[in-house]
Amino acid sequence: MTVADVIVQRRSKPFVALRLWSVLALMIAAFAAAPFLGMPQFVQALVIEILVFSLLALSLNVLLGYTGLVSFGHAAFFGIAGYAIGIIAIHISTDILVTFPLAVLVAALCAVPIGWLSIRLSGFYFLMITFAFAQMVFVAAFRWKPVTGGSDGMIVPGATLFGAPILGSRESFYFFVLAVFTVCAALLYAIVVSRFGRTLVGIRESTPRMRALGYNVRRYKLAAFVVGATFGGVAGVLNSLFNLFIAPESAHWTQSALVLVMVLIGGAGYFVGPIIGATIVLLLQHWLSSYTEYWGLVLGILFIVLITGAREGIAGLVMQGWNHLRGKGP
Amino acid sequence: MTAAVRTSRVSKSYGAFVALKDVDLSVEPGERRAIIGPNGAGKSTLFSIIAGQKPPTSGSIFIDGADMTGARPDQLWARGLSRTFQRNQLFQNLTVWENVELACAAHHRGLFKSVSRDALDDEIGGVLERVNLLGSHDVRVANMAYGEQRQLELALALAGRPRILLLDEPTAGMSPAETQAMLRMMIALPREITILIVEHDMDVVFSLADRVMVLNLGEVLADGTVREIQGNRNVSEVYMGKAL
Ligand SMILES: Nc1ncnc2c1ncn2[C@@H]1O[C@H](COP(=O)(O)OP(=O)(O)OP(=O)(O)O)[C@@H](O)[C@H]1O
Ligand SMILES: [Mg+2]
Repeated sequence: MTVADVIVQRRSKPFVALRLWSVLALMIAAFAAAPFLGMPQFVQALVIEILVFSLLALSLNVLLGYTGLVSFGHAAFFGIAGYAIGIIAIHISTDILVTFPLAVLVAALCAVPIGWLSIRLSGFYFLMITFAFAQMVFVAAFRWKPVTGGSDGMIVPGATLFGAPILGSRESFYFFVLAVFTVCAALLYAIVVSRFGRTLVGIRESTPRMRALGYNVRRYKLAAFVVGATFGGVAGVLNSLFNLFIAPESAHWTQSALVLVMVLIGGAGYFVGPIIGATIVLLLQHWLSSYTEYWGLVLGILFIVLITGAREGIAGLVMQGWNHLRGKGP
Repeated sequence: MTAAVRTSRVSKSYGAFVALKDVDLSVEPGERRAIIGPNGAGKSTLFSIIAGQKPPTSGSIFIDGADMTGARPDQLWARGLSRTFQRNQLFQNLTVWENVELACAAHHRGLFKSVSRDALDDEIGGVLERVNLLGSHDVRVANMAYGEQRQLELALALAGRPRILLLDEPTAGMSPAETQAMLRMMIALPREITILIVEHDMDVVFSLADRVMVLNLGEVLADGTVREIQGNRNVSEVYMGKAL
């Protein structure tokens, strides 16, 4: 076999991503059509919530699944952007063309020094320092009463566009979130399959080797951190605009833990894993919490079963099943 | 001629334990230098210090005459230095091709240095051909035999088109046949590449190296041509009974 043969063989392989995206496109189309087919308002609200948290989980997965950095403080950026959009809307402008990008920018800018310090540590210490930073954000939101409203939370003014109120109805917001989610998910996908994304995977697989190959690993880790924070910030903005309210709990460590659990349950090694995880966790929460206040217990059991039995989460199980059906073995 | 690699009184301590003491090493461009010595002599530690993975406690490292003491691995790599690891450092969940791709892409990084798909593919294929792994291009590393993983370890180091190559026990854990194949690969490397090799297999050392440095308990015990080392009593003693 010559080099040319191998290259030809490699290029003739089916393009797997196309299959993934045709499935996702169908689902997005179905969700876009649903309100016209009578999807009730409360289901729309649930879908909005799932999309927001899916985006948050996807953004965390850039760190967790692709770079191998276990952040225990990802909700910090969700909270920072969530507060930022409220503060900007109150003090500067409610125009969404101002508030949205500016709030995301604030989250991204905060991620630069926080990431710069955090990535100097690895493993458990990275986890702890991200946790500590997120707690600082939480405490700031809790204590800085004149700006954030403290424990009472903050009312976020509704968005406007050129002076006219927009996104006032549930349905219009539903379409807005669906559109933003689709664009962000596509961007994140493009990032993780790019050369940059593959470099992150290399860091996850062997950091010493990447260093020896001449990669400036810290620079890449910082970039991954900022990318994750930026898209986490978009999720925070959507959350604030949806609830028109934000409270310190958005940045609480339990929120960071919840996103982490979503990613792990869904499958950190797969692009769609976080979406699956966020969907399952939120559906469980809604469905079970109407029966019992111990819904967290069920979630915990599910988590333990998956973590011990199926390291690669539900996405991993699905892929195994799929390969099995096609007779390819694991 | 300026030495390709030179260390000057390099020492390394871990607390009270001295892993390397005043090691002076000078390797000419194009030379093939073996570093031998018993387990724990400090051979891998010396490599890690030269390649920037560990800072020396004292002493200096020069690459082509430039002082690189305390430089980061990527800065040493930019000077043309590349290494393999004693314990494989491979991208276990990626395929052989993807492994080499990451290695080849390293010197094409940057906005303005982007390389065409075709050129990169040719380069990756070329590297795999050199280490006899072309047929396994689509195999996930975790599913490969150990001997093949060692070949890939060499491939990753070669992909950066190094001028200076540090090989840490490339044949360790290989069968005799695999060792012979690996030796042929190393002998076939272009003479311009300066090679430092840590190796326990004396056949490999004597077939490949021009000169040999012997480390024992962190100190240089002997340094000379293959012939000189073969006749050195101290060295035979350290290797207790092993005929050199
Ligand atoms: N991080 C560390 N902390 C403490 N001691 C260390 C550390 N790294 C290496 N050492 C010690 O330094 C000494 C030299 O180790 P090194 O790995 O360089 O030996 P080596 O010559 O490569 O041996 P081998 O042939 O077994 O690979 C050993 O005694 C080892 O235990
Ligand atoms: Mg060693």
